[in-house]
Amino acid sequence: MRHLIDVIVGFLRGAGRSTIFFGAVLAAVPVALARPRLIVQQVYAVGVLSMVIIVVSGSFVGMVLALQGYRTLVDFGAEESLGVFVALVTVRELGPVVTALLFAGRAGSALAAEIGLMRATDQLSGMEMMAVDPVRRVVAPRFIAGFLSMPLLAAIFSVMAIGWAGGHLIGVQLLGVDAGSYWSQIHAQVEFRDVWNGVVKSVVFGTVICWIAVYYGYHALPTSSGVSDATKNTVVLSSLSILALDFVLTAFMFEGV
Amino acid sequence: MSTPSSDTLVRIRGLHFRFGPRVIFDGADFAFERGKVTAVMGPSGIGKTTLLRIMGGQYKPDAGTVHVDGLDVPALSRRELFEYRKRLALMFQNGALLTDLNVFDNVAFPLREHTRLPESMIADLVLMKLEAVGLRGARDLFPEECSGGMQRRIAFARAVALDPMMVMYDEPFTGQDPMNLGVLARLVRKLNDALGTTSVIVSHDVAETLDISDYVYLISDGKVAAEGTPEQIRASGEGSIRQFLKGEADGPVPFHVQAPEFKADIMGEAA
Repeated sequence: MRHLIDVIVGFLRGAGRSTIFFGAVLAAVPVALARPRLIVQQVYAVGVLSMVIIVVSGSFVGMVLALQGYRTLVDFGAEESLGVFVALVTVRELGPVVTALLFAGRAGSALAAEIGLMRATDQLSGMEMMAVDPVRRVVAPRFIAGFLSMPLLAAIFSVMAIGWAGGHLIGVQLLGVDAGSYWSQIHAQVEFRDVWNGVVKSVVFGTVICWIAVYYGYHALPTSSGVSDATKNTVVLSSLSILALDFVLTAFMFEGV
Repeated sequence: MSTPSSDTLVRIRGLHFRFGPRVIFDGADFAFERGKVTAVMGPSGIGKTTLLRIMGGQYKPDAGTVHVDGLDVPALSRRELFEYRKRLALMFQNGALLTDLNVFDNVAFPLREHTRLPESMIADLVLMKLEAVGLRGARDLFPEECSGGMQRRIAFARAVALDPMMVMYDEPFTGQDPMNLGVLARLVRKLNDALGTTSVIVSHDVAETLDISDYVYLISDGKVAAEGTPEQIRASGEGSIRQFLKGEADGPVPFHVQAPEFKADIMGEAA
């Protein structure tokens, strides 16, 4: 019982601290926006360098969806709907969710490790002693970069999954679905709302991943195991948060559909 | 105890500070004079670095007063604290260089953050500071490409980039070869005199620190055990001072941390 109370108190304390830290990061965002060069550097680090994994994953997910979808649809003579099947699954769910999981593993872990290592090597303390606020100089630009990168990466993932190197390659080039039907069905049945909901999900996931990564990195113990824990906790908590939030967002977005 | 005068930049009175149950300072008093090099010496883990962090406002004392240039440091708001820190520099034990910036950008960092000087002027100032520490030719290297001694010298250059009123050095000589050690020691003295700044060195490197200091504090058990000019410290016959200066393992300061009787511990009989 005592242990359970300690766990609950520890959780609530961590939630409170991370919320206060989130507020401090948001307060530092306007200052960071005034120095776009720092943000561009971080967009390159967390966004551009994540593109390879997103492009490759998007293509393979699209190929798998096309294969699986075709096998089911062909039994009902509905293989011409393969394009819309791949597009809806990708835009509504797999685009934001798989991109977010990959982003947490690739960029979230790197953010936490980098900031944690800066803590362990006194670089953050050094900045504070030079009258430079690390939240403004280090944390906020990385947070903004992650926030901007995640929806763009999710869009690239979806394009790759649906397009020439993904679902289209398998469905049209390999399995013989008519190219006109593939694209026209997507055009006719994927609504703006589907795309918008995907964008909203990816923005929420990007915010949560960056929040978790900068929080754990900034508060990492200044030891090798402290940095390791920060990285591990970022990936684990981000992944669980993405899946839980996806359920909640989906329930609200598609209520009554 | 030295009497604070109008030339006293730092006045610390009745300093009490603890980390959890561990008492670090238990009523220590310090007074650091303007324009002087003052050394704070003592064994590892005695609280020397903590003292610098208290002076820099990173830690708040449990009790006592800390005044630097008339400012009540623990009472400063965050904004006031950052304004105060623009006027001082702390050189960390490991240099704390920013690893994603090269040598030039590391030294330029405080100038770019706190001034609106044109880039050409910043470049001139950085090259002047690097010339002073003999590393103008290393401007394009990254910290990981520099030796430990070079990193300390880069940290020196960065620390004095804004010509601070006080520079605090945290173990500047630790882990240096004899040549680097001599270079660093002379550099501390030279920069202090050339810039007219005030220097506080915490160190346990006895010979080099005494050679360049104007005044020395020796701390032990959370208090100032002795203070005076380097000559007075060297001439002291007091047991703990002799033990520290001669590097003796045992004496008034025990070698062993308090523990149960050895035999009982080995036999598993200790409580």
